[in-house]
Amino acid sequence: MHDSVIQIHNLGKLYRLGGHTRLDQTIPDAINEKIRGAMGLIRRGGLATPKKDNREFWALRNVSFDVALGEVVGIIGRNGAGKSTLLKVLSHITDPTEGYAVVHGRVASLLEVGTGFHPELTGMENIYLNGSILGMSRREIKQKFDEIVDFSGVEKFLDTPIKRYSSGMTMRLAFSVAAHLDPEILVIDEVLAVGDAEFQKKCLGKMSEVAHSGRTVLFVSHNMNAVEELCQKVVLLNGGCVKRCSTDVRDVICEHLFGEDQEHLAHEWVNPGKEFDNPWFKPQRMLLTDSDGKPVNMPLSNNSDIWVQIEGEVDRLDPALTIGYAVYNEAGHALFWSYQTDQSEDRWPKLHKGTVTLRGRVPKRLLNEGTYRIEFIGGLHCRQWLFEPAVHAPSIAMTIQGGLSDSPLWIRKRPGLIAPVIDWKTAA
Amino acid sequence: MSTSSSISTLVATPPLHNQPVPQSAVVLRPRTGWFIVDWATLWRYRELLAFLALRDIKVRYKQTVLGAVWAVIQPFVMMVVLSIFFGRVIDINMEDKTSGIPYPVFLYSGLLAWTFFAGAVTSCTNSLVSNANMLRKVYFPRLIVPLASVGVSLVDYIVAFSVLVGLMFWYQVEPTAQIMLVPLFVLVTIIAALGVGIGLSGLTVSFRDFRYVVPFMLQIWFFATPVIWPVTIVDESYHWLLRLNPMGGTIEALRAAVLGTPIDWAALAISAGMAALVLLVGVAYFGQAERRFADVV
Repeated sequence: MHDSVIQIHNLGKLYRLGGHTRLDQTIPDAINEKIRGAMGLIRRGGLATPKKDNREFWALRNVSFDVALGEVVGIIGRNGAGKSTLLKVLSHITDPTEGYAVVHGRVASLLEVGTGFHPELTGMENIYLNGSILGMSRREIKQKFDEIVDFSGVEKFLDTPIKRYSSGMTMRLAFSVAAHLDPEILVIDEVLAVGDAEFQKKCLGKMSEVAHSGRTVLFVSHNMNAVEELCQKVVLLNGGCVKRCSTDVRDVICEHLFGEDQEHLAHEWVNPGKEFDNPWFKPQRMLLTDSDGKPVNMPLSNNSDIWVQIEGEVDRLDPALTIGYAVYNEAGHALFWSYQTDQSEDRWPKLHKGTVTLRGRVPKRLLNEGTYRIEFIGGLHCRQWLFEPAVHAPSIAMTIQGGLSDSPLWIRKRPGLIAPVIDWKTAA
Repeated sequence: MSTSSSISTLVATPPLHNQPVPQSAVVLRPRTGWFIVDWATLWRYRELLAFLALRDIKVRYKQTVLGAVWAVIQPFVMMVVLSIFFGRVIDINMEDKTSGIPYPVFLYSGLLAWTFFAGAVTSCTNSLVSNANMLRKVYFPRLIVPLASVGVSLVDYIVAFSVLVGLMFWYQVEPTAQIMLVPLFVLVTIIAALGVGIGLSGLTVSFRDFRYVVPFMLQIWFFATPVIWPVTIVDESYHWLLRLNPMGGTIEALRAAVLGTPIDWAALAISAGMAALVLLVGVAYFGQAERRFADVV
């Protein structure tokens, strides 16, 4: 057993949805509330336990786990599972409501890149300011200044106010400062996805360098590939509680991606109500059908006609609206994405306002035998997610059995993530 | 909070898995009771204090043509207007009451100190809200933010002070060695401004009402303080009331130090004492409110 550098014991954080945490509260409200509280006290006769307020909300409850020295721990869970709250408590930004955590060593937290950046200041001034906000000393920043500038690739614009930077440049500069923090414990909240693809690769590289340098890292992410690659232990949060905490990283990731157990993932998804509300597209139903639009029964032959059918309502037409599906295997790896805009523009299905039924074919004989998760994804291309993969998107299950190929030899599950049937020839 | 009493007993002796707590360990737990300033942490973050103050100073006059001249214009124009108003329109002979100091010099020295005070209180009050994002995303002693916000006003004061020197030269008011005391009295002004501002900054986090209360409050306070009028016009028996005002004796002392007139040490002591008291209350409230800033702001 390693020495643990972070011990978390029964940690809980309560937010009041009304009460004094409300932003728009005015003084008369506050006084009113206090008076009502006092009146209640008198009526009940003394300090009885206050009535449970149903506007209270436990963002974290009974969270306990230890982090060993040098361990890289991933914290995963759906939106609202309490991941960010946990990081906020551990980085000393907000106090827990109950329980405690003991932290040994200097903590630097990166809940956001570029905190405190000021648009009017130059790149150089912002490096110093941001570094100092993140807890670096002036000497430290001076020492690492050249490295930071090198990494960000903005040396030509150091004397330009960052309000004239492109957003990508600002993010790169911000990440560069953060990447050169040198704390004993690093707490990171999903800051990886910044900049262009090339810079993202650079960031991931830097991250794994940090992760393998023996530093203790707590890492919140929706990027399961990054979690799997970087972390030695994963904590799965659900509704503010620890659902799983294990060094079997892959197993926990699977549990997160497939929910309770994947056999129970339905073959059809119907919008329960107003979920996924947005001004552009409201999905109503997603299911797997044959070419006539009739629902299919599982398991499916790999050689059959399968279509992912998405029904929904287009409220506002936007040329950038993309709707599609993503396919994940049991290990939670994304195998491919597909959108209605996959082909050349003249072959895109025409969307119109009102009820729309879109069908996307699942390629024959590409997948292997097994159970897959089909996730409904979509957004405004290059602008925003409406149904973000692994974050906020409905899923259905698909099981494939048999029909892998016409060959007598290869009729069962084959090694490899996918099992395409390839043309073979002898050269003349 | 209903759970805190049972929790605090539990926390008093954290069961630490067979190992002593090293010096560097930080225990994060619900805080209760009154909070005392953690000087050590505050000192460790002194560089951040400097950087934040520097940021505000640098940003203040960015993309303006006149730049720091604006720090002079405001009190100067005010001085001109009031001089004309009292000297020409109403035709009061102020020099009788200001122990021979030309009224414009008297006015400007007072306005300077008041502009400094009012500016510091205003930026202090708004400091936490305007740095909300930092409060939500990074840990540092929260007191740093209102403390740093005073820097801008101090720089403005120093810039505008140079004009006062010119004005004194023009009106042939000779400074005495007393002028060396100015930094001391500026310090008292800072204490008064922080005292009012720190408490208000904490209140503004929960109640944005104070953003509207403060300008209004300062306006009334301006007339209740001997800025544009000399103390001598008030009946002696009411002087104690003037001195309870943290800025009352302070502004007089500041003016006296610059213009070389006698300093009313008793008045200054009472005002400074009041300023210190207000600061104490403000910091105590701040410490108590601090723990919910990140959740509320």
